[in-house]
Amino acid sequence: MKRRIKLNNGIINADADPIRRLIDVLRYDLQVTGTKDGCGEGACGACSIILNGECVNSCIILFGQIEDGDEILTVEGLLKDGKLSRLQESFVKNGAVHCGACIPGMLLSATALLNKNLKPTDEEIKDSISGNLCRCTGYGKIIKAIRECI
Amino acid sequence: MEFLSPKNLNEALKFKSEHPDFTVLAGGTDACTLINSGILKSKGLINIYGIKEIAEIKENGDFLEIGALATLTQIIENRLVSKFLPVLAMACKTIGARQIQNRGTIGGNVMNASPAGDALPVFLAYETKMELLSAKGSRLVLFEKFYAGYRKTAAEADELAAKFIIKKCDDKERFAFMKVGTRRAQSISKVCACFRQSSSYKIAYGSVAPTPIRCYVTEKFLNGCKTDAFAADEAVRLVRQEVSPMDDIRSTANYRRHVAGVLLKRFLESV
Repeated sequence: MKRRIKLNNGIINADADPIRRLIDVLRYDLQVTGTKDGCGEGACGACSIILNGECVNSCIILFGQIEDGDEILTVEGLLKDGKLSRLQESFVKNGAVHCGACIPGMLLSATALLNKNLKPTDEEIKDSISGNLCRCTGYGKIIKAIRECI
Repeated sequence: MEFLSPKNLNEALKFKSEHPDFTVLAGGTDACTLINSGILKSKGLINIYGIKEIAEIKENGDFLEIGALATLTQIIENRLVSKFLPVLAMACKTIGARQIQNRGTIGGNVMNASPAGDALPVFLAYETKMELLSAKGSRLVLFEKFYAGYRKTAAEADELAAKFIIKKCDDKERFAFMKVGTRRAQSISKVCACFRQSSSYKIAYGSVAPTPIRCYVTEKFLNGCKTDAFAADEAVRLVRQEVSPMDDIRSTANYRRHVAGVLLKRFLESV
């Protein structure tokens, strides 16, 4: 099945079996490997991407569910002209990254939040990343990094 | 596995009548986990996600109509739901986390037919009617008649869930949705419940029986007496008899029976 989609800053053609998981198309077919494969059942949030403005788990979306013209943002797309986004800078500054496995998902959940809500409360920040598990338990610094971007 | 993507509702119904054995894929938040792990062995999939005709939320006189393909996020953020059926938004907010709510649909929660589906006690307590569509036409089913047994529904193999029709709640009524799980986000219920007190009591639970259930015996008792502390204790005793939970990976029958009573008691103390 062929699809023409917007992936990060470019338009690409993807051709894959419709039953293939979206994360596998991204990581293996398109070689965009920033998105991580965690639990594979929509519980850990490592595979979070932004699809048409909404944060979703790419491990439980099939390629066949993607339409022509869909817009996908992965962690690679946060980079603008070779520069980290404000949110990424804040993660670096606050030491919010430990092992790093959850970070692409954390960044996309927080990006989706800040795109819709310019002044989130702490409760809203926590809610936005409640589907992203960090097993280094670095939530405190992650929340602080997001808060400093408000 | 064949993969069909109908362009509109008519085509979806046509595909379903031609391939009644194919699995319907909406948001895929439940189905994809089963497909990916190889548990779901289906000849094919019919992807109905994004079919607009059955994704709307609208008002119709005294009723609210919620399209089966409305996502949980759409329900949580919808103005009509927050005005006329806020308890449904409260329930949807406890399902998964943001990513799941953005993708999962209310019809998927119903058709997946898990006894732990969090929106289901709300539909039971609000005496919802459900519209099922097939290429042959439409029919209305009472939600309380929809589950025939564990993961068995009254939907025929060629039918799709189209919408849920629910009477708006009145200004004076008291209601609550309660869920007990291991953590706040991403947990599947050990027990969930929707309670109402308007002209009469309505008590519905999930995860405490093979299907979501209404507790009619306890309701009848509460409707027939003055609800003081003594009556509340008796209602708790009755409701613990009325549920029929089991031991599983998430909890034990004893704990679930106990908590079912505790949740009711909390509601009765709050009204």
